[in-house]
Amino acid sequence: MMHLAWRQFRSQAAVGTVGLVLVAIVAAITGPHLVHLYDTTVAACSAHGDCSSASTAFLGNDSTLRTWLGILVVVVPGIIGLFWGAPLVARELEAGTHRLVWTQSITRTRWLAVKFAVICLASMIVAGVLSLLVTWWASPLDRTKASVFSTFDQRDIVPIGYAAFALGLGVTAGLLIRRTVPAMAATLVVFVATLLAVAHWVRPHLISPMSRVFGLNQTTAGFGSANGAPFTLLPNSPSLPNGWIYSAQLVDKAGHALSPTYVASACPTLIAGAQATAGSGPTSGHVSRVPTPAGVDAELQACFAKVGARFHEVVAYQPGSRYWALQWYELTIYLGAALILVGISAWWVRHRLT
Amino acid sequence: MSATLEARELGKRYRRRWALSDCTLVIPKGKVVGLVGPNGAGKTTLLHLAVGLLTPSTGAVEVLGGRPADGPEQLGRVGFVAQDTPTYAALSVAEHLRLGEWLNPRWDKDVAARRIERLGLDPGQRAGSLSGGQQAQLALTLAIAKRPQLLILDEPVASLDPLARSEFLRSLTEVVAERGVSVVLSSHLVADLERVCDYLVVLVASRVQVAGEIDTLRASHRRVTGRGLDTEKLPATVQVIEASGSDEQRSLLVRSDNALKDSGWSVQPVNLEDLVLAYMGRGAHGEGARSSPSEVRP
Repeated sequence: MMHLAWRQFRSQAAVGTVGLVLVAIVAAITGPHLVHLYDTTVAACSAHGDCSSASTAFLGNDSTLRTWLGILVVVVPGIIGLFWGAPLVARELEAGTHRLVWTQSITRTRWLAVKFAVICLASMIVAGVLSLLVTWWASPLDRTKASVFSTFDQRDIVPIGYAAFALGLGVTAGLLIRRTVPAMAATLVVFVATLLAVAHWVRPHLISPMSRVFGLNQTTAGFGSANGAPFTLLPNSPSLPNGWIYSAQLVDKAGHALSPTYVASACPTLIAGAQATAGSGPTSGHVSRVPTPAGVDAELQACFAKVGARFHEVVAYQPGSRYWALQWYELTIYLGAALILVGISAWWVRHRLT
Repeated sequence: MSATLEARELGKRYRRRWALSDCTLVIPKGKVVGLVGPNGAGKTTLLHLAVGLLTPSTGAVEVLGGRPADGPEQLGRVGFVAQDTPTYAALSVAEHLRLGEWLNPRWDKDVAARRIERLGLDPGQRAGSLSGGQQAQLALTLAIAKRPQLLILDEPVASLDPLARSEFLRSLTEVVAERGVSVVLSSHLVADLERVCDYLVVLVASRVQVAGEIDTLRASHRRVTGRGLDTEKLPATVQVIEASGSDEQRSLLVRSDNALKDSGWSVQPVNLEDLVLAYMGRGAHGEGARSSPSEVRP
């Protein structure tokens, strides 16, 4: 059965290999140059101390390619689900060849299990190698950007889970719907919806976030107004390299949020001045932060000190050190989902497709 | 284990439509059985149930004493050629043979290779570019080379031209002679069945109208014609299958195990096609459709 599964998958495997080779060529052409640039600019700058300008300049290199390769890593598992998964059973049913293959001396459960195992392994290899290539290629840029969670689903091991899941989804859809094209459409919709749902509702809750407290100063907070509300102090997102910031709030020790009324009573002259410069009171923009000319600066400092005596910034975040734990968790979730889909398919092909 | 196929109150329902209902049928072993009936009689459903592509909604079916598709052993004992003889368009003839070898532990490599050679098929040619007749032959080769005890064929010649059909039936006859397998072959062409079969089952609307050895059927059925022929006057042992014509000149197709002797009536033998048509007509008109099937014993 293994032979047959491989024989019927051969041309698809060839397409996958060619695709990987193309990506490898692109990575091989542009990658070494990126490494060289990184070594000569970003890595070298730490000797001088200030790296921000060097980093910014370096990040301008191949930024479009970085975006597209990242998207490719997520899209390829979806394509696998559509073109390798959905037709696996549906095309047999459409062509009527299931009547040929299911009447040979092999049970159809075994037929499905072997076919799925072969193609699933190939899918995971394709997604894994692609992710490896892109992760390697982008590593100088990713290290400089120091924002591992912004490319969480485009790097390392989670794409392997996406591929297995998408394939399981495609096979199940093909079995249930029995026609290739509608099964492909269903696979696409469910795959995209699942990816979004996991990213927004599951991934943030896999590990409860850490919290960190910052004193109030001009880097942790700013003076301004959000959405036309009265002028107050607003939290700034802190700079936590590779951190994934869930929220930043200005609260007191009891956890009560800082209210504009408190700011108005603590820093009355600042508020009055700001309203005068901003025109007529609160503006209608999203967030308008008031620039602080030298005169106002001292007043702002005083205000921060006064409010900061009671309030501070609390940041809920996921540190970069948890990146790999989250990668493994998410991989496990998707592989588990793929297994469940295989179970459903096996049951369906045995009991319902008769 | 005395029967090739035994169905008891067998039924298959798709949502609310019954494709086959309450079908009871026994096919003895070692026969080449023709299953004939109009479209929609449930022939394909019955055969799919027999090879385990479908599972019964009601009743049960046993093939060679086992439950259809109940494990690799049972699957290996039954060879199946489905309607329109599906093959993998992208695989070559040789790859189909390898498929058969991979999937069947009792695969007979020599038989498969010899058949392909004798048929003049190019092993390198893709199945998708074969003619309908060649595809049917390839599918038959796959079914034979797995060395089944029973070969089930679902209208394998329905879409073939007369020449390809004739060649297919000839090779089927050869296979039966060489390997001594039991065969169940469905068709709506009586002439085809007459060529290869020795046993006939007429199925109309899930009901077996008549089943028996073809020779016995021929011997026990007659066409009786005559003026003023009254069915009431016929002996009780004579069963009228079909009546046509006016009172002046009546024509009856009757079944009787004994010879009919009565002057004034013309008694003639009946050909198989007329016999089948008579039973199909009877089944379609509802007469006898709900009664027990006519068992003809040799």
